[in-house]
Parts: sequence; structure tokens; C-alpha cells
Amino acid sequence: MSPVRRGLWVAGLAALLATGSIPAADMQSFATIERGRYLAVVADCAACHTRPGGRPYAGGVTLQTPFGTLIAPNITPDPKVGIGSWTDEEFIAALRDGRGRGGIYLYPAMPYPAYTKMTREDALAIRAYLQTIDPAPDEIEPDQLPFPFNIRATMIVWNAMNFTAGRVAPDPSRSAQWNRGRYLVDALGHCRTCHTRKSLMGADESTGYLQGGRLGSWYAPNITADRQKGIGRWSVGDIVTYLRTGANAFTLSSGPMGEEVTHSSSHMTDSDVEAIAAYLLSLRGTTQKSPRPLAETDTRMRAGHAIYEDNCAPCHNDAGTGAAGLFPRLAASPAVQSDDATTLIRTVLFGSQAAATPDAPTGPAMPSFGWRLGDAQVAAVITYIRNAWGNAAAAVSPGQSRMVRRAHNVP
Amino acid sequence: MATKLPAKDVAIIGLGWTGAILANELSDQGLDVVAIERGPWRDTATSFNIGYAADELRYGVRLDLFQQPAQSTVTFRNRDQETALPVRQWGSFQPGNGVGGAGVHWGGQTWRHLPSDFRLRSHLTERYGKSFIPDELSIQDWGVTYAELEPFYDQFEYLAGISGKAGNLKGVIQAGGNPFEGPRLREYPLPPMQMTYAPTLFAEAAQSVGYHPFPSPAATLSADYTNTLGIRMGQCTYCGFCVGFGCANYSKASPQTSVLPVLMRKRNFEARTECEVLKVNLDRSGKRATGVTYVDSSGRQWEQPAELVLICAFAFNNVHMMLLSKIGRPYDPNTRKGAVGRNYAYQTYSSVQVFFDDKIFNPFISSGACGQTVDDLNGDNFDHSGLDFIGGGSISCQPTDGRPLAHLPVPPGTPRWGARWKEEAKKNYLRSFGFASQGSSYAAYRNHLDLDPTYTDRFGRPLLRMTFDFPDNDVRMSNHVVDRMELIAKAMTPRHYVLDRRARPYSVVPNQSTHNTGGAIMGMDPSTSAVNKYLQSWDVPNVFVVGSSAFPQNPGYNPNGTVCALAFLAADAIVSRYLKSPGRLLET
Amino acid sequence: MGITRRHLLASTVGLSIAGLGTPAQSRDYRGGSLPWEPVDTSPPVPVRPGPWLYFTAEEAAAVEAIVDRLIPPNDSGPGGKQAGCAVFIDRQLAGPFGDSRSLYMRPPFVQGTPSQGLQSPILPKERYRRSLAELDEHCKTFFAGAGFAALSAVQQDEVLIGLEQGAIRLNDGGGKMFFETILANTIEGFFSDPIYGGNRDMAGWRLIGFPGARYDYRDYVSRHNEPYPLPPVSILGRSDWSVPE
Repeated sequence: MSPVRRGLWVAGLAALLATGSIPAADMQSFATIERGRYLAVVADCAACHTRPGGRPYAGGVTLQTPFGTLIAPNITPDPKVGIGSWTDEEFIAALRDGRGRGGIYLYPAMPYPAYTKMTREDALAIRAYLQTIDPAPDEIEPDQLPFPFNIRATMIVWNAMNFTAGRVAPDPSRSAQWNRGRYLVDALGHCRTCHTRKSLMGADESTGYLQGGRLGSWYAPNITADRQKGIGRWSVGDIVTYLRTGANAFTLSSGPMGEEVTHSSSHMTDSDVEAIAAYLLSLRGTTQKSPRPLAETDTRMRAGHAIYEDNCAPCHNDAGTGAAGLFPRLAASPAVQSDDATTLIRTVLFGSQAAATPDAPTGPAMPSFGWRLGDAQVAAVITYIRNAWGNAAAAVSPGQSRMVRRAHNVP
Repeated sequence: MATKLPAKDVAIIGLGWTGAILANELSDQGLDVVAIERGPWRDTATSFNIGYAADELRYGVRLDLFQQPAQSTVTFRNRDQETALPVRQWGSFQPGNGVGGAGVHWGGQTWRHLPSDFRLRSHLTERYGKSFIPDELSIQDWGVTYAELEPFYDQFEYLAGISGKAGNLKGVIQAGGNPFEGPRLREYPLPPMQMTYAPTLFAEAAQSVGYHPFPSPAATLSADYTNTLGIRMGQCTYCGFCVGFGCANYSKASPQTSVLPVLMRKRNFEARTECEVLKVNLDRSGKRATGVTYVDSSGRQWEQPAELVLICAFAFNNVHMMLLSKIGRPYDPNTRKGAVGRNYAYQTYSSVQVFFDDKIFNPFISSGACGQTVDDLNGDNFDHSGLDFIGGGSISCQPTDGRPLAHLPVPPGTPRWGARWKEEAKKNYLRSFGFASQGSSYAAYRNHLDLDPTYTDRFGRPLLRMTFDFPDNDVRMSNHVVDRMELIAKAMTPRHYVLDRRARPYSVVPNQSTHNTGGAIMGMDPSTSAVNKYLQSWDVPNVFVVGSSAFPQNPGYNPNGTVCALAFLAADAIVSRYLKSPGRLLET
Repeated sequence: MGITRRHLLASTVGLSIAGLGTPAQSRDYRGGSLPWEPVDTSPPVPVRPGPWLYFTAEEAAAVEAIVDRLIPPNDSGPGGKQAGCAVFIDRQLAGPFGDSRSLYMRPPFVQGTPSQGLQSPILPKERYRRSLAELDEHCKTFFAGAGFAALSAVQQDEVLIGLEQGAIRLNDGGGKMFFETILANTIEGFFSDPIYGGNRDMAGWRLIGFPGARYDYRDYVSRHNEPYPLPPVSILGRSDWSVPE
């Protein structure tokens, strides 16, 4: 979309969002549909419901969950294989209660525990928008889980233990911006689905809200205002730039967050992204005191330093400062000091490509080093960056590197 | 039989610098563009992995990133009277291959030609008289002037992040830059690179004998940079694995670092790799291209219809494509009629090696363009009255290639092997460096390109045949320049020095330069040029031929700055003139 | 060390150059993204020590002797043999270099002028095999039945000089060409990355002071006339990378 046209949409949206509700007669209105389009982008429905290169919202994205594989269904208005013949109430029940047509239980890979917080009007706007999508004939069988997880009725127990339906009322002691930010983060953006640790049942842990979570072989880092492991040293502007462009002075998004930026947050309005930033920075960090870094004389640090000098410094610099928009800063980096080093390990082993957006089009990639470094060396160099330049975090073991390699069938 | 594909607006042969620049400019206009590249996809992190990019054997010796002669080569002879034989392995010149083309492996020296270079015959005639120009030479005016090209030079320099110091800002000579350069409107986008010891010593010596050294303008970036497309590029780390190598850390301007991130994301652009264009297809009249035919890796042929065909395959490959496609009239050196294949030229390269006992130069610290240049002896920058030649050369101390398989200097008289050789290699590796001249290569009537009668490629197409030797003029010029390089060498008071003069016959064996030019030259007269000043074919108006093939002769500089400026010039002409009114942009 | 056997390809060839082993596939890139795949690299395959892949035992003995005269061991450091030059050459001949896979090898092959460069149809691996056999024959004739490897160092040098200067022509005058080839390959073996089997323990690089596969000299650009302090590193790494158990 050209910048001029985009400006017009944004202006229209701002006016819309100010009003807050949709009379029934307006379900067909352009304003409602456009609002629904925007909300679908914020909620990033396409991340699961649009296959890369596939028809919009026709489903087909495979989700690897700890319990097995699921495939997101077709949510175009096709009457047979999509949701074209669903009623509005059925749609809202799916989104907010985790119940499909006929009351079947949806798996929380469909993040209804987050979307339940969405207002009815917003849910209906999304519905209105989805009704305008070209119907796609893709017939998807979502359920690929093994026994006993394929028994949807097990969700009754899961929901009883882990799910509370319904909206969370705005906090009157907080600003409108903070409440909007919380709504975007919790109800629409469903950030906690990745950034919060999961219980064995695959539900969000009640403690550790947005303090980091593992997603397959990626670790979604702490996005509270923790100064060491979270984004406490970032300003509102830093967060806004990151979400809108995929890169800021500190780092670049890649992997699943790269996709999020490309498909979702880079298309959000300035005020929404600022609200998210303000909200996240209001979440106090939990790191009480700085841990002690490993001593320089530690054999892992010595080896790690040599490996860093020969492999990493030509891009990330001797001082770990990187280059803005190109090579992430490692010194004082929260991602580098995360409790869980999974993302670091896989990035070193396999490489990673940064997201690209129109405002930050470079999309540089980290080369892979798994062919060159053995597990002990991978562990040493990551241990080094986690404890150099004032950083302090737990060492990484060769076994951890081995596990990540094995999980990806990479020699 | 070729399968016909849906039509595109633009088909581009080759996805190197010129192909990428044109693809990006034209796709910005909403045109449907496809670039067809016979080599592989290449990108920084996957193709130039920092863990193995620094592999001298693979890239510097076995030439892994270059065109494999098995896939395509040329035949060569010094004179028409000889039989041309295939260049079975590269030596003198080493053409690129793959996405990014030579832009992947170049060293990054980025020059503007002198204003006088563009009107060479007129200028020399005005200054010295008509008879001063040797009869053997077919030099011509370009048809485009420096002033017309200036904005496009600027456009490329800011796209690539060229790191240098302006010598002439709007006519005012600037200290620290090249006092001989044509006027530029503004400074370089980045300051010059840091200097290593050797160029510093060279500059001091050059200055002491009265010359005006300045930092060489470099596409190996001196600092982090955001280019005109919003793409971020990094700071060069002087790794010394430059010419012949892909850059592992985004710090050498190339299509990969400077254009592709934006270009590849356009939905109206498509790149096809490992697909070799066999020919440009013409309609019955022979005056209009209908598209191209290419072969994929499985051997299947495809016809790609297009409204506009851009030949961006590199220098002599462009000429080859025109000859195979019967675009334009082939040049006959006997009658001197025809334009396609005429005015093939090269670069007249010479060098000096200096040896010291008491200085350490760390030759492995370098980039392909980090150095100092002296332009006093280039082009017509000095008075040629009373001399027996025209032309000249830039003299640069850019000791790149400081790796043992490329740089193992030993003093003359040292055996080439054995214990003494070993000791001399050990002693001199760190304590010796060279500086070189890129001398002008003035086109001669008997140097030309055509199709070989005997040797073919794997598709049965005749190889391009190259007939070339240094004109007498150029040998005299080169000796004159080397004599003055000797003065600079002496001023450094080395233990000793060795001169490497250029002599006839030209041999394809020792590596000199891949600055092949001409064969599809631009000009004002269709009888003596293949393309007009917009690089549009005189004969087939919907074909543009972009590259150093357009140079009527080669000045004393690396060509890429001008090549890319010409690409922007052609793009501008297509967008602002051709698309509005397709057809001949200029009447003859 | 990091690179282990699991990185070796199924092929027995110790060297792989991307693009020459397997034929590359045409690809079509469209749809608006910069292509990238994880682990999408083609690193060099490390040469394993072990049996000769190309040379016979006799050939290998002669080559080891030759490389040790071309680059003799002395106080400055190991010679060609200890540096693994013969291993390097063996692996090279067993790979694409050995059969000129990247060169234009279509006929007709015609003797050209010196300006026209290499015009021989003889592949490097053939040249070695043939020339080593002829060389041994020559030595046995002139040195009372001793093959090259059995000669004294002085005698070996004499023979090499003879080849170099064309005095020892071998059959069809191939002596000089053989000498040039083995000299070039020996130097390649002595100074190329140890991953290819030569330059063992970076002996060649240590001899001259070349830091190897390094990529960042920013801190040293302006340190004129100062030696560079860091040890060399190879694609295989260096000993400082090892984590003691």
C-alpha cells in the first residue's frame, strides 16, 4: 500500500476506533469491515489461517504443538468447507469460548484464552471482514493429534483448569492508552501465547506473565520492563520502531517474531503500537539483583572468547555492539541473557534471517555455524556472549546444543 | 521445441549490477519484470558464509564464484592471421557468474571517467591536431558527456555507499581529493577508508615527486550506511579476501547488499536462475524483439515473450548475445563496416613491486579498494605534446590479494623452489608490496569480437572469438607511465624494486584485469556504433545493451562506476522517454 | 575440533566445490521475499587423513620426495612432506581439479601460441600418473635402478632442475609441464587452508606470518609497521577454540 493511501486508512481507523461499538445495521458497512480487517491483522489470524503462497484465510498452516500436529482450518466464507454458513453467535463462540460449530471443543492452539478478552463488537467486526474474503475451496482436516489428545472432550477438563471466559474490564486507575495497550497485548495480539511459560498441560503459567516462553526450538524472550532480561532499557520509541519496522538500535526480529512483525505489527497504527509499548514498560521486571558473570578465566570463557573473535566479531564487534539495523547488539542484550538459551543455540547452529519491512527492508541473515563448531564450541561461545561486556547469565552446556541439532535432524 | 510462457513487460538477460539496477528502476514503474540468470542464486549468509568465505584455494585459485569455462568461454587470438583457440582456463580475465555477477567478486574501485574521456577524439584533435591520433586507433567520442552522466554517477555512488573524498565540487578543487576529476555536485556519501601502511608510504613518495595522491574511491564501505533504497550496509573489516570473493559481512557494495533486498520483495519482479538465454528472438522484420528463448537446467527450452529486452550479461557476453541473435551488423575488420564487435578493448596493466628490509606491511589487511591513487598520468591529464602516444593510466597502491597464493614475492634471481626460495618467501612476504597502473586501452581497428567458426558451447552455439593485442600506442603509453612509477618507487628508498612492464604480445595467461570493454559501443553514428547514447540498439529499438560493452574505448580506470552510471542513464531514458513513446529515441 | 565425520558427504571424494559436484537446478524466485533457508551452506569437506585416494604407494613416495625438495624442511619450519602437500595433491587429483571439470575441454586440441595458454587435453590426474611413471623410468635408467624416492637429496634436486629447465624432457616433452604443475600444486598445498589436507598445523602460514582465515582487522589498519599479534586460524579453527574437559 502506498504511503499516501495508508495514511488515509489510518485516519479513518482512528476515527472508527474512537467510537467503540457497531450497530447491527452496520455489519455490512465499509467502516465495520475495514475495522475488522485491521483487527484481523492485529490478531494476526493470517499467521495460522493463511498458508504462505496460499489463498487468504483458507487455512492449511501446520502447527507443531507439544501434543502433536494441528492444521488451522479454512475460515473463508465458503459455505461447505469454510465458515460461510456459520451464524454470528457461532463465530463469536469459536473466537471467545473455544467452541466450534455444534459445540465441539477447539484446541487452544486457536488462542481463544486470549481472544476471549475481545469485545463483542470487535469480534463481530472481524466476522464482517472475513465474510468479504473470497471463498476458498480448501478442505482442511484440522485434527492431526495422536490419541488421546484427539479426543476433543478432554478439553472440558483443560478448560476447567486453565480457561476463564470473558472480557477483562478496563482498569479505571490507568490511562486510556495503558488500557488500550493491555487490550492489544492480551486480547488481540495474544503475546502471552508465545512469551509466557507453559505448564505441562500447555497452558500459560500463572506466574511469569510475558517473562518468556519456549515455542518449539525458539525462545520468545521476556518482554516486561526487566532491565536485564526484558525490554526495560528500551524506550517507547525503541519498542515502536521494533514493532513497526522489525529493527531498532539494539536488535532485529527474526523467526516467528519476524513473521509477526511482517504480517501484523508493522501494519498497526502509531497510537496502537505506542500503547503496546507503554503497557509493556509498565510491567515491572522481576530480576532482583544482577547475577555474577562467569569469570574471564573460566575455560569456557577463554575458549568462547577465541571462538567469538574468529567467528562473530567481524559482524558483532569485539565489544558486542553490533551495527544498528544489521547485526544485533549482544552487549546488555536481554535476548542474550534470557534464562532459556534455545534461540541463541539454534541461531548459531542454523543461522537466521531477519524480518524485512518497507521501512527496514534489509532483512540481513546470520550465517549458520553448525557445520564449523562442535557442540562444546557452540556452548562455549554462547556462554561467552552471555557473560561478557557486563552480561551475566547461566552457562550453556554442549548437551543443550546437541539437543537442538537432533531436534532438527541436522548433523 | 520451446514452450511459450505468459508475456512480461521486460526481460533482462543477466542479474548482475546492470540487471539489478534496471530491474529495480523499471519494476518501480509497475512493469512486470523477469531477470534470467544462467548462474546460481547467491546471497550473503548462505553463499558467503563467514566461516568459509576466507578460503583462498577455493575462491582465489579454483575460482569457485566465477564463470566456469566448461559452461562458457571465449576463443582468443592476437591477430586475424592466427587461428583462435579456446581460453580453456581463465587467466588474464575472469568473468563472473550467478546472481550478483561480477558485483559479487569485484574489489570495489569506483571511478568516474574524466570529462575528456567522453569526447576523446574531439578533445585530442582540438588539443593536438588530427594527425596526433595514431591511424591504428579507432577511438571515438561517446555521444554522452560527463555532465549528462554526472547525476547518474551520483545516483550509483549513493546507492553503493562509495567511500571517498571529492576533489572537485562544482568546479572548486578540494584538498585531499582527485584534482583532475570532473566536477561533482556533492561529496561522496561516506568518507575514505582508513589507510594501511603501504598506500601511506606510496602517497608520501608520490607527493615527493610532485604528484597528487588521494584516497581511492571504494565500494568497500568505511562506515555503516543506509543507502538510497533504505538498505543497511556494514563497515568493511579489511579482511583481505576481496577480489574473487563474496563479502561475508554486508560491507562490499554488490547487488546483494545494495539492491536485491528491495528488488526481490517486489511482486512484479521475478528472477530465474540456472537458466541460460540462448538468444533474443526477433520478429520477421528483424527490427523488433519479441522476447528471449532460454534453457533450464533440465535442458528444457522456454520462450519468454517481452515488450522490452535488456541485455545485461556483462561486457563481451552482451556482444556475444547480439551476434547470436542477429541484432545489428557484425563488424568486419577488413572493410571496417558494421558495428557489433568493433572497438573491443581491455586495460593496459603494469605494476611495480618494492622490497624492504626494515618495514612490515601486513599485506593481509586490505580491501579490494583500500588505497591511494595518483591521477596525474591518466588520460589527457598531462601534456602529451612531443610524446609519441595518447592516453595514460591511473596509478594506485591498493595492495589487495595479500594472501600467500597470490602474493609471495621474492627478489629477482631467487630460485622458484628449494631452501633459498623458502627463506626469501619467509623474509619478503610481510616486507614487500606492489602498486599498479590501470592504463587506458584505446580501441584499434584490428581488435574486435566475432563468432568463432570452430568451437561451440554445450548448446552448439559458436563461442565468441576475441582478436586482440595491445596497440603500439598503448605499449608506448604504458612504458611512459611505468618510467614514472619507477620514480615513485625510488622515492620510497626500497631495498630494491621490480618493474612489470606491459609488452606485446598480449597473453591470456597471466591475470591482469577483467576490464573488457567495447564490442557494442555507444555513439552518435549508427555506422560506427551499436547503441545510441541511451544504450538503445540502433537496429532493434526495443533492445537495450547495458555494460562496458558500450565503452568506445577504455580509459585508465576500473569500469564499474561508469557501467552502473550508464545503467541508471538507460533506466532513466526508458522511464522518461521510451515508455511514453516506444520506438527509436534518437533519429540518426 | 568442530567439524566431524558427520559433515562428510557420502562421496569418497575428499573435496567438494559447490556447483561442480551435483548439477544445479533452475529456480524461479517470485512472490515477494528474499530467499533464505536455514543451514543452506556449502562448506568445504575436510580432508581426512588416511589411505591415498588417487596415488599408488609408489607414486605417493615419489610425490612426497618431490614436495620435500620443492619446499625442504629446515630451521624455519617443516617441509612439503610434513606439511601434507602430497596428501593435498592426492585429494585434489581425486576431485574436480584432477579431471579439469570446470575447464573447457572440448576438442579440437591444437597447439597454440604461448599467448593462447593451456591447450592440452591431458587432465592433471593423467599428467601426474604418466609423468611420475616416466620420471621413475628416467631415474632408474640414470641412477642405477633407483627410483626418484630412493635418490639422495642432491640427486633429486638435480633431476628437478633438469625437469624445470627442459633438459629432462620425459616422453613427448611433458617434463617441463609436469614440473610446473607439481610446483604450483605444492605451493597451493603448503599455503591453502589446512582443511584441504596441506599446510598442516598451519605450518605454511606460520612460516610467513599470514593469519589465515581471519575476517576483522579494523583495530590494526592504522598500526603501521607493527607485527600482527594473533595466531593464525583455519576454517577448521585453532587450538584456542578447544574447551578442556
